[in-house]
Amino acid sequence: MAAPFLSIQHVKKSFGDNTVVQDFNLDVEPGEFVSFLGPSGCGKTTVLRMVAGFEEPTAGKIFIAGKDVTNLKPNQRNIGMVFQAYALFPNLTVAQNIAFGLKVAGASKADQDKRVAEMLNIIKLPQLGDRYPYQLSGGQQQRVALARALAPSPKLLLLDEPLSALDAKVRVSLRDEIRSIQKRLGITTIFVTHDQEEALSISDRIVVMYGGVAEQVATPFEIYNRPSTKFVANFVGTLNVLEGTVVDPALGKVRVNNDEIAVKHSLNGAKRGDAVSLALRPEAMALGDYSGHDTELHGKITDVHFLGSVIRVRVNLGAETIALDTFNNSRTPPPTIGDSTKVTFASNDVLVLH
Amino acid sequence: MRKGGAWWAWLTFAIGATYFLVPLIATLEFSMRQRNNPVFSLFGQGYSFGVFNNVFGDPRFQQTFTYSVLAAIFTILLGVLIVVPTAYWVRLRMPYLRPVIEFVTLLPLVIPAIVIVFGYIRMYGSNSMLPFLGTTGGTNVLLVIGYAVLSLPYMYRAVDTGLRTVDVPTLTEAAQILGAGWTTIIARVILPNVLIAVLSGAFLTFAIVIGEFTMASLLNRPAFGPYMQNLGANRAYEPAALAIIAFALTWGCMAMIQFLSRYAPRSANRPN
Ligand SMILES: Nc1ncnc2c1ncn2[C@@H]1O[C@H](COP(=O)(O)OP(=O)(O)OP(=O)(O)O)[C@@H](O)[C@H]1O
Ligand SMILES: [Mg+2]
Repeated sequence: MAAPFLSIQHVKKSFGDNTVVQDFNLDVEPGEFVSFLGPSGCGKTTVLRMVAGFEEPTAGKIFIAGKDVTNLKPNQRNIGMVFQAYALFPNLTVAQNIAFGLKVAGASKADQDKRVAEMLNIIKLPQLGDRYPYQLSGGQQQRVALARALAPSPKLLLLDEPLSALDAKVRVSLRDEIRSIQKRLGITTIFVTHDQEEALSISDRIVVMYGGVAEQVATPFEIYNRPSTKFVANFVGTLNVLEGTVVDPALGKVRVNNDEIAVKHSLNGAKRGDAVSLALRPEAMALGDYSGHDTELHGKITDVHFLGSVIRVRVNLGAETIALDTFNNSRTPPPTIGDSTKVTFASNDVLVLH
Repeated sequence: MRKGGAWWAWLTFAIGATYFLVPLIATLEFSMRQRNNPVFSLFGQGYSFGVFNNVFGDPRFQQTFTYSVLAAIFTILLGVLIVVPTAYWVRLRMPYLRPVIEFVTLLPLVIPAIVIVFGYIRMYGSNSMLPFLGTTGGTNVLLVIGYAVLSLPYMYRAVDTGLRTVDVPTLTEAAQILGAGWTTIIARVILPNVLIAVLSGAFLTFAIVIGEFTMASLLNRPAFGPYMQNLGANRAYEPAALAIIAFALTWGCMAMIQFLSRYAPRSANRPN
């Protein structure tokens, strides 16, 4: 493994006696795209601001390219940053905004112009150099903010919910664009969001945060399929939680209502008679038999939601109601509410929550 | 708007306008009265612009006016240098100090100029620790400082209001992360965005300094205010003409403020 480009070590931050970030550790590889994902107030912005130098850690150290930057001022860190509130300079044109960092660094006028033209092409707004920020749409402003952050060729890019002020369509197209620009330039990036779909779709790795703690740091695939804590499992994606009782710890047998499941994952040392929480993603289950599904539960259909490409069906299993997705198929009619049904899944897909 | 409301509004406006305009017109009329070789006559009274020629042609008018304009320019520069960074810093880092600062900036409205200037004379006399009054240059500096104090309430309010229209903390951080230091941030980001506000404060300052009498007179500087007073005590028509000129200047400043406020930068910092 290459040396980490950004290393956050045992960082803690308190405001007065309110600790908002606790023992935060993260190593980011060069060129990696890491997202901070978590609910509002969990400390995402605070960690990002400490990396940027706007907040000083109460304890711990931050290294960029092997250099201790913990006590360095923001203007000495050579970082690009995009803010949620656009933050373009309203008195400057788009081109002057993009050139700001270069000018501060003392680049020649010719170099500035060349780089500005380059950046305007990258963000696909080559004609808008002479406009003022108020003459741009939100999406355009955020592109310009990205160009301004990237113009001085920083080694690290920080984005704090850059898309949350934009409408849904622009949000999706701009996020894909950010990712493709990031890949093209190979710039190490931290992206803060509270939108799980956003994080899952563009990240190399995700840091799921809760209450100032990094709950899990892993690839989107792992975060989704192998959530390590109950919080991560619940926060990322929809999850059906089944409360069960251990019947046979050695074989992983757990009783859920009137059915028995042979769980393949570790039961974390639970003993016979202990209660365990099992979880299943809606898309891991099917109504009726399905190839590869070795386990079944029985219940009654209580709800059918047509979502277009999929149909979300709610099934009452007695104690709890679960949601599952079936693909829409024009040749088979949708399930009927009130029917008794068999829900099947692969026992390998059953998650054990901690 | 209701019809009755509009009618009342116009009546109030008319009364107000009469209250302001009649004395002005009367003053103008008086200043232009001339028995010998009038340019035109109205209701049997001859008029000319001769008195304005007298005023503008008076070398002391030119000297004192130039002196006061220079004093006003330095006062504005000093005011901007003090007020912009202060108001900016208070907004950025010490918002809890705003009421205190606001109170301090309002003090010059409460404390008469004569009290301030007597304080100066006691504090900065030629045998004090800081003998500003020992030299002409020093006295000029002290006068500009005094003027800056007098204009503080207007300057601070104008700049603070200007700062309210921009997202000061975010713009500051955006500039910082791009490598800018404090001087660059104030000069290239903050000042341009409050420039219109600063200019309106500047024109108010200009109007105050041009007409100021107490400080200039007690510090014995050849300013425009004492000149006007002196002329008023010794002449008949010229003071009336001067009053009209002073009014025109002040109103010109007000018109400039109105005009400039149309060009206030539109802020695009808030997400839609
Ligand atoms: N300057 C500050 N002084 C005191 N408390 C603060 C300060 N900044 C942040 N906090 C607190 O720290 C906690 C974490 O805030 P932070 O902004 O990092 O959350 P976040 O994860 O970015 O949330 P959001 O998704 O809403 O942006 C919050 O409880 C907040 O109230
Ligand atoms: Mg935040």
